[in-house]
Amino acid sequence: MSNEHSMRRVTAIRNGTVIDHIPQGQALAVLDMLGISDATSVPVSLVMNVPSKKMGNKDIIKVEDRELTQGELDRLALVAPDANVAIIRAYTVAEKMIINLGDEMVNVVRCTMSNCITSNLREPLPHRMKVVSRDPLELRCHYCGRPQDLVKLVKNVI
Amino acid sequence: MENSRRVKLLIFKDNVHEFAAIVVIGGKTVAGLITMDDLTNEEIIKILEDADRLLPVARGELYLPLLQGRILGNLFFEPSTRTRMSFETAMKRLGGDVVNLGDVKTSSVVKGETLFDTIQMVDGYTDIIAMRHPRQGAAQYAQDSARVPILNGGDGAGHHPTQTMLDLFTIKQAHGKLDGLKVILAGDLRFGRTVHSLSHALTRFGCELIFASPDILKMPPEIVSDLKSHGGDITETEDLYSMMEDADVVYMTRIQKERFSDEDEYAKVAGAYKLHANDLSDVKAGMIIMHPLPRVDEIHPSVDTTRHARYFEQAFNGVVARMALLCKLLGVEVPADVQKAGGAL
Repeated sequence: MSNEHSMRRVTAIRNGTVIDHIPQGQALAVLDMLGISDATSVPVSLVMNVPSKKMGNKDIIKVEDRELTQGELDRLALVAPDANVAIIRAYTVAEKMIINLGDEMVNVVRCTMSNCITSNLREPLPHRMKVVSRDPLELRCHYCGRPQDLVKLVKNVI
Repeated sequence: MENSRRVKLLIFKDNVHEFAAIVVIGGKTVAGLITMDDLTNEEIIKILEDADRLLPVARGELYLPLLQGRILGNLFFEPSTRTRMSFETAMKRLGGDVVNLGDVKTSSVVKGETLFDTIQMVDGYTDIIAMRHPRQGAAQYAQDSARVPILNGGDGAGHHPTQTMLDLFTIKQAHGKLDGLKVILAGDLRFGRTVHSLSHALTRFGCELIFASPDILKMPPEIVSDLKSHGGDITETEDLYSMMEDADVVYMTRIQKERFSDEDEYAKVAGAYKLHANDLSDVKAGMIIMHPLPRVDEIHPSVDTTRHARYFEQAFNGVVARMALLCKLLGVEVPADVQKAGGAL
């Protein structure tokens, strides 16, 4: 099945954001990271496990009537660093955006080490993860220096 | 940092305030000692040389009030004998003063005060802070919250760089150098923060390291891989005794009962190594035995009277090493000729 067909599983959106080429099974994590929940009032389409020429299988998310900001999208570097993001206006792609993994992720995830000082949720300084390596992705807590287990880290989204 | 005014810029966002920057007006930016990475090899050597010149001051033979008018805040959220007392002695021998947090059980910490708030208060009272905290990363967190330098006196199982400096001082004192030595670190290498910081520093000086520990107390793999990626020559073993013959330093550590959540696990490894004077017949004449103390039974008292025992001198060296560090972080130069600069007590 071609990529074009898989995109038609849900209707085209008029205005909003399409996040394509999410690694298979990560769509729910992406929604979590973007803070999109059942309390969100805008329509959200979720397509999971569809065939992709590039990736084998992939997930897709369409968020209507909301243009995600670069800051919001950069959070996705943890679970979907190669996702394609398009801002849709009047049914056409108005802007293509790239997810940037900077040198540090600030207030995106909490350190997975239970004895880290940041595990006291009342401590007010930002949660900071240093990017030690991009491929493979390796993150370390700025405070305790512990290398992070990425599977556990995704569950620690702020 | 004299005559400087320090201003923190805060951004309030989503109820979380972030430091945008710490701006130091008319002075240098604040640098503490959180891990050994905060010091270059050249700086380490200079601090050790400063410490060496300060020995008569530490022994109380010479009065040299380099830090007169300065106040050290001792913030020990965990029990400490040597580190806290040697910081206090170091500051007072140099004419400075010390304020203590006191017992954590009676301080504001027990009322639920955050570390951030505690640091806001103490850095208003002091010029420099020495801190020990049960949580990892607490020292870096405190430094990011503070306007005065933080000296990390141990953060959970993380780092203990001032201990490393006194360990390096002791090794250099005995061998006249730091490079090219064969050093065995033995005991609890998993939770022992002193051996984490020390192994990083020794690798930087090109020492060969042997990690001897029971399997469940092995050096954390991320530290071993870090050391190897920095060119570390590392051997891991459970057999301490067969490795001692050509070692220059044997660094023993206590199996820390307080780091185990399971008593049975502790019982399995407690007393894994018990060094006795009889075990030292085939070692090098100049080999030294070190221990950060307190010891339990990993070094038998029979070792105390051998030429190899250095742990009590090591504990004393905590005073000079910390004197030199206090001077360095407070921007005070240790005079080249301390005898000329100092006076009689």
